[in-house]
Amino acid sequence: MKLLWFHLMPYTDLPDDFTKRHPSVWVDIDSRLFEPAKAHGMYNDFMDELEFAAEIGFDGVCVNEHHQNAYGLMPSPNIVAASLARRTRDAAIVVMGNSLALYNPPMRVAEEFAMLDCISGGRLVAGFPVGTPMDTCFAYGQNPSQLRERYFEAHDLIVRAWTEPDTFVWNGRFNKQRYVNPWPRPLQQPHPPIWIPGGGSVETWHWCAEKDYVYAYLSYFGYKLGQATMQGFWDEMERLGKDKNPFRAGFLQFVGVAETHQEALELYREPAEYFYNRCLHVDARYANPAGYSSEATIRARVASQVVAAANKATDAVAYGPPSFEEMVDKGYVIIGSPDEVADKLREVAVNMNVGQLMLLLQFGNMNKETAFYNTELFAKRVAPQLKNLFEDKWENLWWPRPLPREERSNPRPVVVR
Amino acid sequence: MSAPGVKETTVKLGGEKIRVWEKGAGETLGVLAGLGGLCDWTPFLDELANRRRVVVPSLPGYPGGGQLHRQLDTLADWVICTLDLLEAAGLDGAELLGHSIGGTLAAEAAAFSRASVKKLVLVAPFGLFDESEPVADPWARRANEIPALFSTKPAEFAKERLTPPAGLSPDAATEWAIVQNRATEAAARLLWPIGELGLAKRLHRITCPVKLVWGTEDRIVPPSYAKKFASGLAGPTEIQVVPGAGHALDFDAPRAAIL
Repeated sequence: MKLLWFHLMPYTDLPDDFTKRHPSVWVDIDSRLFEPAKAHGMYNDFMDELEFAAEIGFDGVCVNEHHQNAYGLMPSPNIVAASLARRTRDAAIVVMGNSLALYNPPMRVAEEFAMLDCISGGRLVAGFPVGTPMDTCFAYGQNPSQLRERYFEAHDLIVRAWTEPDTFVWNGRFNKQRYVNPWPRPLQQPHPPIWIPGGGSVETWHWCAEKDYVYAYLSYFGYKLGQATMQGFWDEMERLGKDKNPFRAGFLQFVGVAETHQEALELYREPAEYFYNRCLHVDARYANPAGYSSEATIRARVASQVVAAANKATDAVAYGPPSFEEMVDKGYVIIGSPDEVADKLREVAVNMNVGQLMLLLQFGNMNKETAFYNTELFAKRVAPQLKNLFEDKWENLWWPRPLPREERSNPRPVVVR
Repeated sequence: MSAPGVKETTVKLGGEKIRVWEKGAGETLGVLAGLGGLCDWTPFLDELANRRRVVVPSLPGYPGGGQLHRQLDTLADWVICTLDLLEAAGLDGAELLGHSIGGTLAAEAAAFSRASVKKLVLVAPFGLFDESEPVADPWARRANEIPALFSTKPAEFAKERLTPPAGLSPDAATEWAIVQNRATEAAARLLWPIGELGLAKRLHRITCPVKLVWGTEDRIVPPSYAKKFASGLAGPTEIQVVPGAGHALDFDAPRAAIL
């Protein structure tokens, strides 16, 4: 199976009383809380962590896009991915991804992803999320009633731009371009693997099946709640006559590893509490504008995690903050010794039939030292117990196909004089 | 639903069947409903129908308006659809009362096609935006904030407008909620994100008489917008304020004499 190291890039210095004094971590978070000099340190620590993860043997490194959000400091993940393309050698660069409807024209995504694919020597995974309502409808003012229509059109345009050799005219419903002809074009042919981060809508499952894309369920609420969604996904694949290749599916899981269970509990309590309390302090106002979820999804009662949480919440926030014990008990965060974590993740991967496992090993306000420790222990003591899973039975058809290693450029070392 | 004396027909538009209600006698008055649309005939409409022949076509995506909104991408699409709808409902050249988003479309119809509208009554229309006194965001709301945002009688409003009728099966209740949600989506499709569509540049094209009606307690479009509209209109204008009414003026003050 593939083990991927995912960074959300959370702002690590939200005040202790953040949830009491501020209505939301997202959309209208108080800009006075943002200290650029501190962010300088955070960005560089985070990029060190991603580079370390690639260096120590994770199969891929993942970045994603959020806007006006204190737990996701990457409005443009492509900027970080560009740096990773130069500073890593072998890891897949998984941009998870660019919210297609936000780019005008969407050719911007076709071009930047092609650049990343060329610079990295063909290591890019192209993630195409619709984007959350907070990012798309509220922060970027995109129309919730048109978001999906624009998303699908942007997808069609980008894939055609990547695959059609001749300059063509695009007369779309929302995009008109007389001359479509991206330069550069992706190194991987016909195009980089496409992964779709989703929240559990039936249409997304159908679409992934139809297009043969990876469906990645990016939940913050762990394997116990994720199980039902992934079961729905696999039932649908079976109904549509698709095989059970586990590499069709991705899943996100928070993990904290230490030498002993007790040490792990002590080490990861604070960053987990920081994430699930402060970072997920999202005002319920922004959780579900009308039109964002399709009527079929509402009808199927497959509400997204955000909507489900918002509906349950009796107070102002979309997510009711759990206690650390709940987080561990409910599997939001898998905590333990290397063997415990390996056993649990094997069970998770097998039960959910997930071959592309994305791991959050830095979360909340976890400092760099702890993130390195977590990452190293995982790479050296957990990963070896998991990496052969599924590999004998299934081929990962959704993994980058880079140039042979010896044909890839090596960045010239920078000499500081 | 059928209320006493209300005739319900449909007109076909864009492949969808659109509901048209009619009641009363006298000079014809077209009515375009506000945010959320109408599931049932209301006392407000009855009051109008006591004086006039009232014709109420559903707006695209509103209850009775099918999925027509999904075909409308731009303001031009919406305005042309509104003009088509007015013609199909026999309202071409008639007097129009438009409430909230219905007021926006009535005003746009008059600006784009002067001859289509004889006289306008605009009740708390969207369409302008003043940064110093912004129009509220009706979509970024917790469910429990909606009643007091719309109405000065929040408990009654929640019960009568936001709760499915008693006795529906779970599936029927889901469908009811989907219809409500669709109306909210349709409004968002036109007005997202701030309800400003450039109407200020077109107000001078509205030369027919316009009456602007506002509830003093409107918490969505501030009552001061009446003057902002009036100052841009080219024809004779009149402003009427309705004390104690919120944005859902039809609910809060159904007997207000606004004609």
